[in-house]
Amino acid sequence: MGMTMVEKILATHSGRDQVVPGEYVWAKIDETNAMTDTFEDLERLGVKKVWDPDKVYCVSDHSAPPANIGTAEEVRKLREYIKKYKIKNWFEYGRHGIVHQINPEMGFVRPGELIAMIDSHSTTYGAFNAASCAIYMDAVYVLITGKLWFKVPETIRFDICGKLPEFCMGKDIILKIAGLYGTDIAIYKAVEFMGPTIKDLSLSGRWTICNMAAEIGSKFAIMEADEKVFDFLKGRTDKPYIPVSPDPDAAYCQRYTVDVTNMSPMVACPHDPSNVKPVEEVKGIKIQQALVGSCTNGRLEDFEMAARIIKGKKVHPDVRLLVIPASMEVWRAAMHAGYFDTLTEAGALICHPTCGPCAGQHLGVLASGERCISTTNRNFQGRMGSPQSEVYLANPATVTASAIAGQIADPREA
Amino acid sequence: MISNIITGKVWKFSDNISTDLIMPGFAALSRPDLSPEEAAQYCMYSNRPDWAAMVQKGDVIIAGKNFGCGSSRPASRILKTLGIDLVVAESIARIFFRNSINLGLPVLTCLNILDAFDEGDIIEANISTGEIKNLTSGKTILGEALPEDSPPMEILRAGGIIPMLENEKCI
Repeated sequence: MGMTMVEKILATHSGRDQVVPGEYVWAKIDETNAMTDTFEDLERLGVKKVWDPDKVYCVSDHSAPPANIGTAEEVRKLREYIKKYKIKNWFEYGRHGIVHQINPEMGFVRPGELIAMIDSHSTTYGAFNAASCAIYMDAVYVLITGKLWFKVPETIRFDICGKLPEFCMGKDIILKIAGLYGTDIAIYKAVEFMGPTIKDLSLSGRWTICNMAAEIGSKFAIMEADEKVFDFLKGRTDKPYIPVSPDPDAAYCQRYTVDVTNMSPMVACPHDPSNVKPVEEVKGIKIQQALVGSCTNGRLEDFEMAARIIKGKKVHPDVRLLVIPASMEVWRAAMHAGYFDTLTEAGALICHPTCGPCAGQHLGVLASGERCISTTNRNFQGRMGSPQSEVYLANPATVTASAIAGQIADPREA
Repeated sequence: MISNIITGKVWKFSDNISTDLIMPGFAALSRPDLSPEEAAQYCMYSNRPDWAAMVQKGDVIIAGKNFGCGSSRPASRILKTLGIDLVVAESIARIFFRNSINLGLPVLTCLNILDAFDEGDIIEANISTGEIKNLTSGKTILGEALPEDSPPMEILRAGGIIPMLENEKCI
């Protein structure tokens, strides 16, 4: 019986030839992270050292740098724990990034690996052919033992085909999937994204899809590795790795083919990532804030698109356009490429890497009655601030076109 | 230790109750200086602002699809702090499920749970067998129990991941 990609990774990491959906395994974890409360759990248990400090990565990204005393105290404690537990991989502000951007950049993510990270968007690393899932309270178990239990999930396979139209990006593919199949289709399941459109898609676009696979409930989201992945990893890691592909006779619980030919840029309306409509159906809705950035769409390709759309134009007088690169590496690359010149000339505000407004933390929290169109990943009620605010999710082209128009706009007409 | 039979008064919630609703970013997440009890008062602030103050120790949440979707923040802890002893939902988002087990909050999935209860009814649930009774109406339905010998059931039985680590003496 053949195996899917995630089944293969769970098998190799639990010392088995074969695993089947439904069974429980204990598997070795290749990379994890830790937060202040994880270390506090270790302290409470009297644990003096973690299983492998080199496999633990720490960054403070949700409110970076802290916006209030409570968070500042948390980060101060985190720095102390980093020293105490001899964690080398700590990224101070100015050399930091949002976890899902900086980990691949620093070469911590490789094909064929099994990753368990605190943060729900840990599915992101599937773009690098890793089986990666979110944890939180059991991070302490991983830090002590280097292992974690898994129920081997069934796998859903999405084959994406058709040529992606101009002004559509990876974001539109995952929004289309969320709209078609809902936010609970992949609960407890692994998702494989395959097909010619994924092969043709930029690594950055794949990064977005695996990131937002969390929004359809996925436990793991994974793609095959190819030259785009290998080129990115070159110079970032010298550890050997073995990519995985699904067997031709792998078993899937569901298979879907999604054709993106002639699709429109998509917009997820409040308050659910699956409340998705083509942009032409929501045109004209007034906005006060627009945001290009985050771990979902905070890479060079995203700012290149924003700069292309806004060159020679201005942000609407009633709108603030926030630009939030996902890491300092991206920030510097965008600066050197001249995108910041173009964007600030148009009246955009360039911020620094932080989860910030996406999680309702700081730097762009919404007031009641305000509406934001954003490249981030969630539009739950109250997500970005006031319970009486609204968030629309879209790709960087749509967000930038909307920032110019002062209302939701179609980038194909910008 | 978690007992097999959990009895309590039912609160009803709809589909897609996110952890942003249970543990709002603007209050609970960005305010680590708040005590657990203070943070818990913001639970469901956006969708049902008067609710947290009404919850009593031993109450039970029943809900529709995808309960606890979204962020991995420890929203289960907020519910436990409020006094919630059990969550039964048509489906439960994976990270919320895992956090709940690890924090010793029993969770059960049960299709059609919302049809079997009115708010305020008394539920009696057996987490070993998945048997769910509405003591108010007399109706019984079957939820999905965790296998007795599975790691999540062992963790839940121990009262969470920290008590289990203490018991294991692997540290």
